[in-house]
Amino acid sequence: MAEKHIGKQTVALKNPPTIKATASIVGPKEGRGELKQCFDLIIPDELWGESSWEKAESKLVREAFAKLLQNAKLSNDKIDFILAGDLLNQCIAASYGLRETNVPFLGLYGACSTMAESMSIGSMLIDGGFADNVVCLTSSHFCSAERQFRFPLELGSQRTPTAQWTVTGSGAVALASQGTGPYIRNITVGKINDLGITDINNMGAAMAPAAADTILTHFADTGLVPEYYDLIVTGDLGKIGKKLCLDILRMNGLNIEANYNDCGVMIFNLNEQDTHAGGSGCGCSAAVFAGHIYKEMMKGNLKRVLFIATGALMSPVSLQQKESIPGIAHAVSIHRSLD
Amino acid sequence: MPEFTARLVPGRDIIMKQVFTKEEYAEHVKRASPNSKIFINIIKAFIVGGLICDIGQFIINMLKARGLDSEVVSNITSIIMIFLGALLTALNIYNVIGKFAGAGSIVPITGFANSVVSPAIEFKTEGYVMGLGAKMFVIAGPVIVFGVCSAMIAGVIHYFITYVP
Repeated sequence: MAEKHIGKQTVALKNPPTIKATASIVGPKEGRGELKQCFDLIIPDELWGESSWEKAESKLVREAFAKLLQNAKLSNDKIDFILAGDLLNQCIAASYGLRETNVPFLGLYGACSTMAESMSIGSMLIDGGFADNVVCLTSSHFCSAERQFRFPLELGSQRTPTAQWTVTGSGAVALASQGTGPYIRNITVGKINDLGITDINNMGAAMAPAAADTILTHFADTGLVPEYYDLIVTGDLGKIGKKLCLDILRMNGLNIEANYNDCGVMIFNLNEQDTHAGGSGCGCSAAVFAGHIYKEMMKGNLKRVLFIATGALMSPVSLQQKESIPGIAHAVSIHRSLD
Repeated sequence: MPEFTARLVPGRDIIMKQVFTKEEYAEHVKRASPNSKIFINIIKAFIVGGLICDIGQFIINMLKARGLDSEVVSNITSIIMIFLGALLTALNIYNVIGKFAGAGSIVPITGFANSVVSPAIEFKTEGYVMGLGAKMFVIAGPVIVFGVCSAMIAGVIHYFITYVP
């Protein structure tokens, strides 16, 4: 048995990597939301001077990476790997946004769970002694996601109350082998869960079982109790998925309500910003983690955080073929200090 | 390096139980998800849809007053309404109306114009041929296909009723 593997799905890192710096860039709507104070940059409009939504998303990635290097006081040649992904077909936002970086690149796809996926793999690369500095980065863009997964923006249609709003934004995290924290100590890699939800306008419901499964497995594998964490935060379940996740956990005898929240619920003012069930997308959990949670940890307001990014692993083709939506969730346990 | 100190609760045994079957989960999700406000949506659709038809009727009356015969009038009215739908789509106004009115602005001919023009605008970034040209009917295409098919069927039935004794 691998010595760093505990329980069924959890990895306990022997040499926990430090989160050296983060960077976050968001769109104008997110810049008017509940967390507007905490982002590094709020872009003035969704196109940001580019000629297409996809190019604008690549620019988000490019600028988030540049901002991260600046915040971490690192140069390109010090980075051993970039782990990045997004929601667009063939992950073009990441690969085009990072093509001029001249840094070894591993593209990832875990839908909206990509941020936790990249942080998990990055941490293991560092813990294993394969790298000193790893950049984890994801992005999403409301307009590019809408046209890929739903309808043209100008189409006069109505959203259902359960629909979520794809966050325009990018979040980046620099992991390093040496540093003073926050440290990534445990990782619980999630399983694909599918309870048969087919409604693309209710992704929270599709992802909630996966989130609950990963949370339960994390506590079972580590033997921890929910109170151990100051914050247990899922990626983008939204208002309805958050409730469903709590329901499933409660039925399994685990109550995490006191310190549980969801990035999709946190980022927008759901009542005033007309985002229905809340935010979604790779950029949602990435920007909330990089912009808000990391900074709260550095201020000392949060000491231990369980960050669980959640993803819905469908494609427009699988939906048209009447397939249900599989969900995935990965948990990353982050500690301000090693006490 | 201090060992990771697990706050283990003795005898604690958490295993993800299959608490829901797919059917039970679907039922639970349905209960947890708010429904669309159908009654208020119907009223909004009725008012806006009615207003669009009023505008159409107003144009018909104006054209008739100028002495055009009724077949020409209905053709010109359709052209004007399609133009207005396309124009409001390009000005980014029709989606705002659509968000408020729902079916009220989808069903009239202006909604059809919106469903053609909106992908044309959206996919222009992939070029005029493979983008705008190819994607223009991505929403309206099925409506045209099945519209033509049902017109054919209706035509055949009409033929048999009218000409076959």
